[in-house]
Amino acid sequence: MRVVIGEGSCGIAAGAGGVHAKLEELFAQSNPTDAELGITGCNGMCFLEPIVDVYDNKGELHRLVKVQEKDAQAIYDAVVANDLSLVDTLAITAEDEAFLNKQTRVALRDCGVIDPESIDDYLAHEGYAAITKILTTGMSQEDVIQQIDIAGLRGRGGAGFSTAFKWRAARDSKGDQKYLICNADEGDPGAFMDRAVIEGDPHSLIEGMLIGAYSIGASEGIVYVRAEYPLAIVRLTKAIEDATERGYLGNNICGSDFSFTLRIKAGAGAFVCGEETALIESLEGKRGMPRLKPPFPAQAGYWLKPSNINNVETYANVAWIINNGGEAFAAMGTKDSKGTKVFALSGKIARGGLVEVPMGTTLREVIYGIGGGIRDNKEFKAVQLGGPSGGCVPASKLDTVIDYNELAATGAIMGSGGMVVMDESTCMASMARFFLDFTAKESCGKCVHCRMGTKRMLEILDRIVAGEGQEGDVEKLEDLCYAIKDGALCGLGQTAPNPVLTTIRYFRDELEAHIAEHRCPAGECQALISYSINKDVCVGCTACARQCPVHAISGSPKQPHEIDQTICIKCGNCKTACRFGAVVVA
Amino acid sequence: MSKLPPSDLSLIEPTLKTYANTPGSLIAILQATQEAYGYLPMDVMEHIAQKTNTPIATIVGVATFYAQFRLEPVGKNLIMLCQGTACHVNSSELISKAITDELGIEDGQTTEDGLFSLEHVACLGCCSLSPVMMINGQTYGRLTPDKARKVIRSIAAASKEGDEQA
Ligand SMILES: Cc1cc2nc3c(=O)[nH]c(=O)nc-3n(C[C@H](O)[C@H](O)[C@H](O)COP(=O)(O)O)c2cc1C
Repeated sequence: MRVVIGEGSCGIAAGAGGVHAKLEELFAQSNPTDAELGITGCNGMCFLEPIVDVYDNKGELHRLVKVQEKDAQAIYDAVVANDLSLVDTLAITAEDEAFLNKQTRVALRDCGVIDPESIDDYLAHEGYAAITKILTTGMSQEDVIQQIDIAGLRGRGGAGFSTAFKWRAARDSKGDQKYLICNADEGDPGAFMDRAVIEGDPHSLIEGMLIGAYSIGASEGIVYVRAEYPLAIVRLTKAIEDATERGYLGNNICGSDFSFTLRIKAGAGAFVCGEETALIESLEGKRGMPRLKPPFPAQAGYWLKPSNINNVETYANVAWIINNGGEAFAAMGTKDSKGTKVFALSGKIARGGLVEVPMGTTLREVIYGIGGGIRDNKEFKAVQLGGPSGGCVPASKLDTVIDYNELAATGAIMGSGGMVVMDESTCMASMARFFLDFTAKESCGKCVHCRMGTKRMLEILDRIVAGEGQEGDVEKLEDLCYAIKDGALCGLGQTAPNPVLTTIRYFRDELEAHIAEHRCPAGECQALISYSINKDVCVGCTACARQCPVHAISGSPKQPHEIDQTICIKCGNCKTACRFGAVVVA
Repeated sequence: MSKLPPSDLSLIEPTLKTYANTPGSLIAILQATQEAYGYLPMDVMEHIAQKTNTPIATIVGVATFYAQFRLEPVGKNLIMLCQGTACHVNSSELISKAITDELGIEDGQTTEDGLFSLEHVACLGCCSLSPVMMINGQTYGRLTPDKARKVIRSIAAASKEGDEQA
């Protein structure tokens, strides 16, 4: 038997490390059946972490979920007894299994399946078969790019540019030295697809980069990984070492005259460095300020040499395309958007995690069919796509299909894959303020429109959520939005207004309620709400009074309590503390 | 701020040697500096400027551009509170208030006893566990204000105990 623990950083955060240690201890003491203990990356079912997969002697998978350290003994006993029905209470439900069964996995094909720290495991799953095929059957650069072209692969980093087009441009660009760069900066606050790929299947990224490097004629590659992903850096470092040792990186790969080396550069925390020219500046050790385009990186990139930059997920699709053919990839999706897309589903969703679906799937299917709808029986309000560059799509647009153009038509964007679901208790004005706060802080300061404009927008949104909005504020916001879009050099400024524009487009009423009526319909904006206790529901358990930091709640035990509005600071502690739903927000 | 004693410049020598002939290594050098000293002391940056023949303005310019770099020492325990979208939607604001309430520090500040620093950070990527904070590399998820307070109190207790034993 094999006992495999899901150890992506989210699994570890949920306690997988402790479960692993405990199991290791038990098996170290005695292992009568020679069971093996192993690890794998994130299979995307974050809502069930920590997850332990047990493969029985017939190779059948028994998935155990929400495993705690205290369950380790029972799992150990079941494995030793060769009877997994003993841990049936931990087994995944059929309903939860639907989360995975409804997906189509290309980029995530091996995530949560293989051991990310074992190159042999990758090799056993068609690993390095694509690059071997290319180098040993004499496929030309154009042959490879042709397959990517037929596949219709578009960049998964946000802009959705044709990958084949970029590769041809870099190939045709003249230069003694070319670079292939991977953008693993994953800056959208609410996205973790790229992290899952690197932590769960680092060799698939390396292989995709090898193929890209061969196609454009690059001999040196760099992966720019954001600093907040220490585990991804550890696993990728090991994968690069192992691939080098086995001859998949280095000189004369697979006996050919193609040579390629790869190294990692850790980012230092700046959202704008996800923009490709800012990323290049940062690679050169400078402040990450975007360059004027043209020249494009394909002409003059890293150290002004021809360079190609793609996103992690883009590269993760490449080996699959070569192995299965461009047509197989293009068979999935819509006319302009082929293949699959990975989304990081989070927020007020019942089943949150990583979801990979064919393009052309509706948002409704992802949120309800796979994600199980909204948590706590609340009402769906909007879904945020594309983070600070994207927008909120309302309930009326839930049947929009996942397609670059269709999503752009809603005012949001495909983005890199962040999908944050909001319910009726989320205030859209506050949400817009959240993103502007983000972009105002992250603006690099190079362009006045972006630097000052986002700040002015933030000031307006600040006063709106504080209940001090003024008539005409919405129009002022709109003016600023268009001015910033026109005046900014890079995508950060050009897209920063999107969250506000979609809020105005779909939730104008809610903004106006803040401004004209000093009311927050969602009950979130502190300045505009008050807390009180429903006397009919309150049982007088005193939990709220004990949590109140300013002692604004009075009442005797077993008697309904009361909040003194003159003292209350609206921290919400009482509402969180109340187990009876007696604290109401108005 | 009180004047700090001069830093031990020998800590950074191996790094300067490693990168001596690699152009574009400033960020990597500063990352190694922070690793060694816990922050970027001014005198060390001046030393790097001299050794690498780089204007000090360039170095401070890079140091202040990136969120990762700190120009002041941090407390013994660094609380990194996630500011991602999922955490925002799941009320990370309340966690931030609870921490401020518990320790009397805001984003970027350190407690007087030097035990805790609070830093608001960009998405930690554990969105399904939101709201989330990370302390000394350990992630704490599905936080409530109460849970956050308990975590901090237990770390404070453990730190003090450790000190007494030392
Ligand atoms: C402000 C800003 C941030 C970006 N952040 C990222 C990022 O985190 N990851 C990414 O792959 N692309 C990001 N991009 C897009 C890149 O500029 C670039 O288009 C992409 O890396 C190209 O790869 P692709 O064609 O494979 O998508 C960002 C763009 C902008 C304007």
